Amino acid sequence: MNAEWRPALAASIRLRHDRVRDKDLLVMPERVVVLNPEAGRILRLCDGSRTTTQIVDELAADFPDVSVADDVGEFLMRVRGEGWVR
Amino acid sequence: MGPESGVVDPPWALLAEVTHACPLHCPYCSNPLELVRRSTEVDTATWVRLMEEAGDLGVVHAHISGGEPLLRPDLAEIVAAAERAGIYTQLVTSGVGLDADRLGELTDAGLHSVQLSVQDATAAASDHIAGRRSFADKERAAEVVRDAGLPLGLNVVLHRHNLTHLDAIIRLGVEWGAQRIELANTQFYGWALRNRTALLPGRELLATAEETVRRWRERSSIELIWVVPDYYEGIAKPCMGGWGNRSITIAPDGRVLPCPVAYALPDLSPPNARDHSLAWIWEHSPAFNAYRGTAWMREPCRTCPQREADFGGCRCQAFALTGDAARTDPACHLSPDHHLIQELTKKPGAAEFVYRRPGA
Ligand SMILES: C[S@@+](CC[C@H](N)C(=O)[O-])C[C@H]1O[C@@H](n2cnc3c(N)ncnc32)[C@H](O)[C@@H]1O
Ligand code: SF4
Ligand code: SF4
Repeated sequence: MNAEWRPALAASIRLRHDRVRDKDLLVMPERVVVLNPEAGRILRLCDGSRTTTQIVDELAADFPDVSVADDVGEFLMRVRGEGWVR
Repeated sequence: MGPESGVVDPPWALLAEVTHACPLHCPYCSNPLELVRRSTEVDTATWVRLMEEAGDLGVVHAHISGGEPLLRPDLAEIVAAAERAGIYTQLVTSGVGLDADRLGELTDAGLHSVQLSVQDATAAASDHIAGRRSFADKERAAEVVRDAGLPLGLNVVLHRHNLTHLDAIIRLGVEWGAQRIELANTQFYGWALRNRTALLPGRELLATAEETVRRWRERSSIELIWVVPDYYEGIAKPCMGGWGNRSITIAPDGRVLPCPVAYALPDLSPPNARDHSLAWIWEHSPAFNAYRGTAWMREPCRTCPQREADFGGCRCQAFALTGDAARTDPACHLSPDHHLIQELTKKPGAAEFVYRRPGA
C-alpha cells in the first residue's frame, strides 16, 4: 500500500449513521452496505486529508490494545477494489 | 420478519410517485390504467412531512419517480426535505425537462443520483415507442448529469420491438456515460398488461439478448442488470423483496402501497398518508399486513423451501392472471396456474400496442 495514499470515499457514496438501526451505512445509488463498527470507524477517517499511516496512528491511539496496521491496510485495499474509496 | 413475530423491521426504500402526469406515452408503462389526476395530488407541505416521517421510520433510499417527477415545480423542495431527513435520493426520469439549470436546482437541494430511461437506441425508434419526440432531450439529460458528476443509471424497458437492438442500446449507454444499465424486461402491469400481446418478446429474441449481455459483460466494465423475464423462466420473482418487507410506495394522491402496481388489487383499500402516520401504515395497516411474511400462504408455497427467498412471487401478478391475489404467482412452474403463463408465451405476439394516455 502506498504510504502517500490519502483514501477518500468515492463521490457517489455516502457514509452515514442510521439512528433507527444503530448502524453505520455506505449508501450508493442502488445499494446499501451495512458496516460493522470497525469498518465504519476506518471509513470515517477516509476524508482525503489523512494518509493511510495517519489513519492507522489515529486508530491505534483510540484503541491501544489492538494492533490495527495489517487489518486496516487489508480492509482499505478491499474497499478500493470495490470502488468505494479511491 | 412477518407480523406473526410481532416485530416489523423498518423499511429501507421509499418510492415516491410525486405525479402520474407524463409527457410521454410508453405502451409498456407500469403506471395504472386509472392514472391519478393532477388535481388530487398531495401538496408540497405533505411531501415534506412524509420525507421527515420516512427518515424517522428508517428509510435510507428515496426513488423519486412518477409519471414524470420533473413536472412537479416543487421537486427541489421535496428533494431538500429528503436530504434533511438523511435520505439518499435518486431521480427516476424520462429526461424530458432535465437541463443544466433544473439539475443544478436539484443538486443544490441534495439530489444524489439519476436514473434515466430511454426507449431504444436511435432517435426514430425511441421516439416511436415514447409516442413523442424525446430522444434529444434524453441525450442532453445524460450530458448534464455527467457534467454535474452525478452517478447515472440508464433504464431500458425491453420487449419485442427493441430487443433486437440490444447491442446498440448497451453501446448507447456506454457512450452516454452510464455506470449501470438496467435491462428491464417488461413486467406486465398497468399499461404493459393492457399491451401484453404486442410486447411479449418470444424465446428466440430473449436467447439472443442474453447472449449479447454475456458478450458485453466479458469486454466492458459497465454494470448490466438483467431483469429476469419471469413469464419465460418458470420462476417467481421475489417481488419488492417481499410484501411490506423492504419498501414503501407513496402514490401522487397520498395513498400508501406496498408496491407501485398494487393499485390494481380491488380489495386492498390502501391507507392514505393524509389520514395516518407512515409508521402506523407500515406496521399496523391491514394493507401492509395482508401478504407480509409467510402466514398468508397456501400450497404449494406454504411448505416450499423457497418461500423465504421469493415470498411466493408477485401478488399483483397472481391477481391479474387468476383473480385471486393469495394464490401462488403463476410464473412459478410449481403453481397450479402455470399453464396460464405457458399459453400466453406460446402465442406469437401480433397486435398493435396502444399508447398510454390519461383518462382511459
Ligand atoms: C414508471 S417510470 C416513471 C419515471 C419516468 N417517467 C421514466 O419513465 O423514467 C419508472 C421506471 O420504471 C420503468 N418501467 C416502466 N414500465 C415498466 C414495466 N412495465 N416493466 C419494467 N419497468 C418499467 C421505467 O423505464 C422507469 O425506469
Ligand atoms: S414509463 Fe413512459 S409513460 Fe410511463 S411514466 Fe415513464 S416516461 Fe411516462
Ligand atoms: S411454490 Fe411458491 S415459494 Fe415455492 S418457488 Fe413457487 S412461488 Fe416460490
